[in-house]
Amino acid sequence: MLRTLKTLMYLLTSIALLVSFETGAMAAKKSKTLKKTQKMGFVRCGVSQGLPGFSNADASGNWTGVDVDLCRAVAAATLGDSGKVKFFPLSAKERFTALTSGEIDVLSRNTTWTLSRDADIGLTFVGVNFYDGQGFMVRKSSGITSTSQFKSGISACTNIGTTTELNMRDFFNSKGIKYEPVAFEKADEVVAAYDAGRCDTYTTDKSGLAAQRTKLSKPDDHIVLPETISKEPLGPVVRQGDSVWEDIVRWSLNVMIEAEEYGITSANADSMKSSENPAIKRLVGAEGELGAAFGLDNDWSLRIIKQVGNYGESYKRNIADTGILPDRGPNQLWTKGGILYVPPAR
Amino acid sequence: MLTLLFVVSVIGFFTINAQLNMDERGIDFGFGFLNQESSFDVQFSLIEYDGSHSYAKAYLVGLLNTILVSVLGIIFCTIIGVIVGVARLSPNYLIRNTAAWYVEFFRNVPLLLQIFFWYYAALRALPLPENTEPLFGVTYLTVKGYYIPRLIWENFDILLYSILAAIISIVVIKNYAKKLQEEKGQQLPVFLISVGLLLLFPAITFVTGMVQLKVALPVLKQLSKTSFIYADGISVPPELLALVLALSLYTATFVAECVRAGIQGISKGQKEAAASVGLTPNQILKLVIMPQALRIIIPPTTNQYLNLTKNSSLAAAIAYPDLVLVFAGTALMQTGRAIEIVSITMLTYLTLSLAISLLMNWYNKKIAIKEK
Repeated sequence: MLRTLKTLMYLLTSIALLVSFETGAMAAKKSKTLKKTQKMGFVRCGVSQGLPGFSNADASGNWTGVDVDLCRAVAAATLGDSGKVKFFPLSAKERFTALTSGEIDVLSRNTTWTLSRDADIGLTFVGVNFYDGQGFMVRKSSGITSTSQFKSGISACTNIGTTTELNMRDFFNSKGIKYEPVAFEKADEVVAAYDAGRCDTYTTDKSGLAAQRTKLSKPDDHIVLPETISKEPLGPVVRQGDSVWEDIVRWSLNVMIEAEEYGITSANADSMKSSENPAIKRLVGAEGELGAAFGLDNDWSLRIIKQVGNYGESYKRNIADTGILPDRGPNQLWTKGGILYVPPAR
Repeated sequence: MLTLLFVVSVIGFFTINAQLNMDERGIDFGFGFLNQESSFDVQFSLIEYDGSHSYAKAYLVGLLNTILVSVLGIIFCTIIGVIVGVARLSPNYLIRNTAAWYVEFFRNVPLLLQIFFWYYAALRALPLPENTEPLFGVTYLTVKGYYIPRLIWENFDILLYSILAAIISIVVIKNYAKKLQEEKGQQLPVFLISVGLLLLFPAITFVTGMVQLKVALPVLKQLSKTSFIYADGISVPPELLALVLALSLYTATFVAECVRAGIQGISKGQKEAAASVGLTPNQILKLVIMPQALRIIIPPTTNQYLNLTKNSSLAAAIAYPDLVLVFAGTALMQTGRAIEIVSITMLTYLTLSLAISLLMNWYNKKIAIKEK
């Protein structure tokens, strides 16, 4: 008995020692995630399972979209090549677990920034790359042109695990309408069910509605109602606890937006090095030591602009030119009537 | 002792490891969230529930929906399974081969694919509510659900008592019939008497006006220019229909094989001996073959019931709000309590499976050979 007790004590002590050694070593490093990423040689990025304009894979497996571009920007900054990204398509339900469990390092998947998500579950939102709001799509033939025409008994298709489910309840309750929520795990299943007539309306973020509409059998038979029932600031998320990595992702996004503000594009980035404006020179790495704070070289922001482009280019390429939302709405620079306003890179 | 030590240290290591990682990532652990307001609605619920209730209640909603689909699935797969199992031994070439084809086809196609088939291909082919012809006069099978009349009972408890009284008298009569046969060799038509009593007792309560029944028929209601539903009746969601259909058709193939094995496991001599003492074919099946075959059938069939219950978690794929979709899906997402919720869900499935297995083991023991 005494011997087994001794063995147990020994085992437990060695486990405790091992664990404490490991955590002690972690604290000494600067950014664990950055080191791991550079060692692996690619950025692990969580994206949607297919949302045109945001993150969508074509037939040959190439990912495009504004959410995808953010991950490419992070890869350009940290690894020097925007192509070094491994994409993980995730359902709304899986996304946070994948991030907190360490399966991915950046979640860039049209995810709404809310207090409880930010504070509660080990996540940190680093910014907003698309200002959105929840809306409804209906069949044109129904004659409905406004949410005020909704009646009790309406069935609404949506995704599970989203803020949509909560907003929908708030909305219908405030109007006193009884509704039937039909919640699927994957967006494609929602589209199929709505298309087949299972639901009277399809509700999600308006950008999502515009994008998913293109997947319906007859997109022109459907309209997105004008009302917006919620605020949905969508942005990239990282795990809590690595503030340097958090800063890298935040400033990769900010650099893209600020580059548009100063008119730096992927085409003219190199020539901007000789600009008179110090703010522009800082962004293209010709002045200051901005990258050093993250443990990166000084060309990190130049690489983002050259390889991925500025925010405006990304928006045009992915969302405007594909006909999803040609009008930038609130996602326009603050200098041009939108609400995109980022802290200065200096 | 060494094994115990090993198990304890492995569990200890996992716990410490999880704890450390959760601390590092700023995730705390606790079950307090169960009392919080869930603030999401569920499409279909057996108990009264909306988003103002707690997560604990949402859990209950999911659990009951899982139990509902499992119970329905088990009932239907048993009925279909027994019929097909017996049909596979039929002397009729057509019946025998149809049953064989059915078994080979349905058990060799993945279940998830079958669920998708019934939901997207079969049920989606149904008409919209406004174009639906009534089925059985008062029910409507549409793409938005199966609408059936709602029964409104008055003094429903009296009806239950009358059924209870009928069951008690059936037991008494059965015992009397057994005694009569043992003592005088006379046989009473027990089955007919039982059915008669079961109909007679509730009928009396209706005739005397103690129990009243009103029926609310589904009525077409217009929501917008082209959108209709049926109001007033009960709507059975198409997700439930598809799931029960897929689960019972799939599991029935395995049950059928169990039944066939059970019947074939009884030697021919038993049947011939029973016939030679003058029993009718019905009596042979009921008194000689089945009691012996059941001993072979029950244990593997229990496995199939357990499989069906666990397979019901595939419901999440087609929006049927079962435990996995409601609790391990939406609730997990809204609270972010992955470890807590997944462990509760796992424990729940474990408990459900153990309960089914206990029940079946009890039944198995009851019909087993009693050595005297």
